[in-house]
Amino acid sequence: MKVAFLGATKGMGRALARLLAERGDDLFLLGRDAADLEKSARDLEARAGKGRCGTAACDLEKPEGFASALDAAEAGLGGLDCVVVTAGLFVTQDRLEEDVELARRLLTADFANTVVFCEHARKRLLARGGGTLCVFSSVAGERGRKPVAIYGAAKAGLTRYLEALDHKFRGRGLRTVCVKPGFVKTSMTDGLPAPPFAGQPEPVARAVLRAIDRGQPVVYVPGIWRWIMLVIRSLPRFVMRKIEF
Amino acid sequence: MSEGPARERRPFFFGSGRRARIRSREDPAPRLQEKKTEPRLSGWGRIGVAGREVRSEDLERITRDVPLCRGLGRSYGDSSLPPPSRPVVAGSRLADRILAFDPATGVLRAEAGLSLFDLNRVFLPRGFFDPVAPGTQFITLGGMVAADVHGKSHHRSGSFGAHVLELKMRVAGGRIVECSREVEPELFRATIGGMGLTGHVLEVECRLLRVPSPWIHAESERIEDIDRFMDALKQAGPRWPYTVGWIDCLSRGRRMGRGILHRGRWAEPGEAPAGHPRARPRPSVPFVLPGWVIDRWSVRAFNACFYHLHVPRVRRRIVRPESFFYPLDVVRHWNRLYGPRGFTQYQCVLPESAGRGAPRRFLELLTRRGGASMLCVIKDCGAEGEGLISFPRPGTSIALDLPIRDGTQGLVDALNELVIAEGGRVYLAKDALTRGEHYRAMEPRLQTFLAVRRKWDPEGRLRSAQSVRILGDPP
Repeated sequence: MKVAFLGATKGMGRALARLLAERGDDLFLLGRDAADLEKSARDLEARAGKGRCGTAACDLEKPEGFASALDAAEAGLGGLDCVVVTAGLFVTQDRLEEDVELARRLLTADFANTVVFCEHARKRLLARGGGTLCVFSSVAGERGRKPVAIYGAAKAGLTRYLEALDHKFRGRGLRTVCVKPGFVKTSMTDGLPAPPFAGQPEPVARAVLRAIDRGQPVVYVPGIWRWIMLVIRSLPRFVMRKIEF
Repeated sequence: MSEGPARERRPFFFGSGRRARIRSREDPAPRLQEKKTEPRLSGWGRIGVAGREVRSEDLERITRDVPLCRGLGRSYGDSSLPPPSRPVVAGSRLADRILAFDPATGVLRAEAGLSLFDLNRVFLPRGFFDPVAPGTQFITLGGMVAADVHGKSHHRSGSFGAHVLELKMRVAGGRIVECSREVEPELFRATIGGMGLTGHVLEVECRLLRVPSPWIHAESERIEDIDRFMDALKQAGPRWPYTVGWIDCLSRGRRMGRGILHRGRWAEPGEAPAGHPRARPRPSVPFVLPGWVIDRWSVRAFNACFYHLHVPRVRRRIVRPESFFYPLDVVRHWNRLYGPRGFTQYQCVLPESAGRGAPRRFLELLTRRGGASMLCVIKDCGAEGEGLISFPRPGTSIALDLPIRDGTQGLVDALNELVIAEGGRVYLAKDALTRGEHYRAMEPRLQTFLAVRRKWDPEGRLRSAQSVRILGDPP
């Protein structure tokens, strides 16, 4: 499989990219920091034990670079079967409430620009007769929740967009995989108190890889979060007003 | 495990706002509650201190202003724990990228948080293995440098420092420095075995061992007493790259120091199975067992069973490297066996100059004081490495797990006094209870180390709970 990967340098993205590389898939990394991308590319090459892993700059806050980054990936890989997006901004609700400009940046990057990136990716995949678009949304978008009001809103929008992509293009060969991680212990959540059922990036990556291979439209990781969110979604409003979750 | 003290920092917590409000109405300043949820850190021995670990893939960023770096926290005592006044350490475990590997020479360069588990998983199928084979693979490269770890091959391959070629470090002033045997050799030698007190290791370049197959030809043999054990270890040394012994440290009299000697070498392609060893599931000790589970009687029963279950002749097998090198890794969280008070490991080396009788004298003292340990590991050490205060030296190393009880400090003191009299020393990566004056009496090389440390860290910024305890650093 030829995979273009936005966000492979950190957290769950790093773990997933390693699994893909170790089983022999070809990877092309997209990301913000060129030096950091190079290090991750060397890491994946060493773990795969073969091939070269190309890189190109791509910043979710600079949508004008999306097309050229995906062109570079397509050229570097000599094709394109799968696009994975794990990148995104995360800031705690407190800080977003203090800094409205930061909130605007987060909403733009995690929703508007991610959708634009997916549009570019989707067109390229459809032009090749289909493929897989795997995007990391979040359980934060499942219900309006106090601690993730703004971040959750961006992810809710992204989830709906991915759902529509699946409805619209599945018949033409585009398999959309919407990943909804619960609390996973990565550098993104470092310093936040971990709830019960917090996951680790490696098992999460294995579950996501399985979902990519099956073309599963929605996957909760770790799996238990599917049931947790089922409960949260069915809670009446007066309860949601009381709890801090 | 670490639930933050303040409610605002609980975005994912399930606790209800109502309950928290009621609590705060009853007690406007719920001190006890805060104390309970104060974040704590502990080493593998589960003796905790107040502290927090910051983790990031970007180790350069998080090491700018911390007193210490910490890997997977497998040192038993307080060497990976922060000093009381600066309770935040940088965790390196997410900085785990392989930066370069040359299959022609076996030279690997990686970030400091790469675990030995990952290293072996990636490179064993390609015919490379770590050069020193320590007792667990849940350690990081940075930790292996800081503790200058050794293993079953010490009599041949020395400790890990001997295989390190270059280090990239952040030193106390904030600068990033590359050091090796040629560039800043003093810093290099002080960092190997320097317990992270000379700077934060960011990247490690080391040479891996080329192996003929991914399988181990292992032999084990029951040995009847300590003197025969010493002879058997000595005889096995020249012929076997890997040797280690387990002793029943509760056996007395004629049977004192009886145990099982393990010898091993890499299997040649002809004698090994064709395939690769497959990873097996590792069960976990799910919770902390009560403190009475491991006591004198259960240990005595365990040791007797362990000894007698081995057939009285030599047993030869082809085994997976994991089961030969890391038998304890089979069970996750095995440190929970030792109960809520935790445990410590006491490891010392008794030098050759102390004579053949030193291990016997050590065991006599141990049994007289009633020290009970399930795990008592004996190993002959080879030449001293380059590290300025690194642990191994020619002689016999003995390691024991001791549950923390009221008498444990007294036992460690008594053992330390014997070790000082024999001219030996203790291993800081295991240590939780050695007194500063005892450590200084064991370590004549300490002044050289401290001089290098002062040169690179004149303000004394880098320190650990352990350096406060034994080197007299300010808290």
